[in-house]
Amino acid sequence: MADPAHEMVQLLTPEGERVEHPDFTFDGSDEDVAGYLRDMVMTRRLDNEATALQRQGELGLWAPCLGQEAAQVGSGRATRAQDVVFPSYREHGVAWTRGVKPVTLLGLFRGVSLGGWDPHANYFAPYAIVIGTQALHGTGYAMGVLNDGAVGTGDPDRDTAVVTYFGDGATSQGDVNEAFVFANSYTAPVVFFCQNNQWAISEPITRQSKIPLYRRADGFGFPGIQVDGNDVLAVHAVTTWALNRARNGEGPALIEAFTYRMGAHTTSDDPTKYRLAEELETWKLKDPIERVKAYLARRGVIDQAWLDDLQAEADDMAAEMRAGCLALPDPDMGDLFDLVYAEQTEHLREQQAEYRAYAASFEEEN
Amino acid sequence: MAVEKLTLGKALNAGLRRAMEADPKVVLAGEDIGALGGVFRITEGLQKDFGESRVIDSPLAESGILGTAVGMAMRGYRPVCEVQFDGFVFPAFDQIVTQWAKMHNRTLGAVKMPIVLRLPFGGGIGAVEHHSESPEAYFAHTPGLKVVSPSNPVDAYWMIQQAIASEDPVVFLEPKRRYHEKAEVDVEASPRPLHEAVVARPGKDLTLLAYGPMMKTCLQAADAAAEEGVDIEVVDLRTLAPLDMPTIIESVRRTTRAVVVHEAPLSGGLGGEIAARLHETLFYDMEAPVLRVGGYDLPYPPSRAEDEYLPDLDRVLDAVDRSLAH
Repeated sequence: MADPAHEMVQLLTPEGERVEHPDFTFDGSDEDVAGYLRDMVMTRRLDNEATALQRQGELGLWAPCLGQEAAQVGSGRATRAQDVVFPSYREHGVAWTRGVKPVTLLGLFRGVSLGGWDPHANYFAPYAIVIGTQALHGTGYAMGVLNDGAVGTGDPDRDTAVVTYFGDGATSQGDVNEAFVFANSYTAPVVFFCQNNQWAISEPITRQSKIPLYRRADGFGFPGIQVDGNDVLAVHAVTTWALNRARNGEGPALIEAFTYRMGAHTTSDDPTKYRLAEELETWKLKDPIERVKAYLARRGVIDQAWLDDLQAEADDMAAEMRAGCLALPDPDMGDLFDLVYAEQTEHLREQQAEYRAYAASFEEEN
Repeated sequence: MAVEKLTLGKALNAGLRRAMEADPKVVLAGEDIGALGGVFRITEGLQKDFGESRVIDSPLAESGILGTAVGMAMRGYRPVCEVQFDGFVFPAFDQIVTQWAKMHNRTLGAVKMPIVLRLPFGGGIGAVEHHSESPEAYFAHTPGLKVVSPSNPVDAYWMIQQAIASEDPVVFLEPKRRYHEKAEVDVEASPRPLHEAVVARPGKDLTLLAYGPMMKTCLQAADAAAEEGVDIEVVDLRTLAPLDMPTIIESVRRTTRAVVVHEAPLSGGLGGEIAARLHETLFYDMEAPVLRVGGYDLPYPPSRAEDEYLPDLDRVLDAVDRSLAH
């Protein structure tokens, strides 16, 4: 890679036509592409179901990833089992590719936990709500990988990369910029995956940057590359390249996945106040799922029956997620005292006992 | 008995060295801690002996130091971060209170955060702005953090090792103006538990409660009071979060009078918390309300005024007199 891409990498046009790129190729099979299509459809379905759950009062909030399925699935599917993902709070499609059960993501949004999953179970770190903080966590984790000697050994099951996700707004945060500095200083095996979905709540990308975000990497001294974030093949190819570099000990890279937040920032947001409907209509023509359907149908890989089966599978998944959501137990206030420290303090034990006694006094009255 | 005469600074260095020898997962990170050994030389010689991957000179970014430490801890490391001065910790404040302090809680205990933040704190060294502050209340107020401060070389040697061995976040406040105080350190002794206060000087008329740099001041005040026939007990709190209330209460129950002393501004400080808890527990046992001596509620003053700002022997004894007058 003598010259990082100077223009947006695309391998599949919005019309579903395969195009070639001088530096990046997609080596997967038709079955792989059909798998990504399945991942994207499942992601959109779980995202829609979660939005519905919020509208019905079952979730306090949801941050939809509608429109960003290709960026998330293409990159997530480029990771290996031992690679580690540090997400923001919108990476539901990445979570899907890592094998995180959809209902697991809902605890945070339903208000029954503050995240609540074991990051080591799927090498998928907790959702980070304070913008950009996770970029440093991913970089620090990658520094640990480096200290462990788990890069550049040539063993595909040992060499490990970290990928940290954030949005266009996060690139203005100090933490993200500090992560760039640390990662490059130590040649840490971390890939910075920025989904530029054009909007940081109500602020357009031009408020964050006057140059394309991928060019920021230049100033930090590592490669930056812009990819069509609605093209799952291109995203997969570019992320595979960046992860391989990282695993080989060649250090960080910044990927700017150029995409669009087709939904609201969160279910509390109202995009009609700050952006034009025409913009959304334009981006609908670039839908990440439709182009893959067109491509695979034209090649005879899938047909309507295949799509119908997939939709049925997605509906089953959504129904299971909904049932799981409604069955999530509310947290027990008294138990929360146990989670603050690994080594509980006497003071907190006393406060816990006071709380339990106070709560019990009501039960006695009843 | 292997006894060495060490300054507080050298005791920290020796404690860090021993912790690094004991556990290869212990890594140090901070600005200028490598070849220079830190601005106070606390890490002197450690990079030479343990290498650059275990004594990590960090880029000049405090949030980056703490944020990457969180990631390293998730990978199984035990980072010991140095932030050069109290007043430089605030760029890292978000990573400290929203990430480091909460990650164990957020992951339902799946992730532990055995990180130590070493922070030289307090005034009295004639420094420029941002080099003399006492930010402990911010950290003691934050659920998920533990906060300790040694006052002497013996505690410095043991407490840094215990903080590193802790499975929880520990903010380790180093009394920078006492770095050069010397004492004999028995490196084979059995240390007292990290989160225990200690009666540093027994007495029966009044309890002075202090920590870190104010301990020396309070011990001197007790000596001066003894010449006047007043028998003061001095308790070294050592741990600010959690507070060792049993030791504090046991002392004040006996003496019936208490004065809390710290350099930090009074309002919202540890003194208020301790006073409240003593009043809740010992209201009918005390002869006088708990009094506080601390910094005035000002930004830390220019150094030529700091002698008037910081609690000293006279201000401590003035509070003692007011308590005894009740």
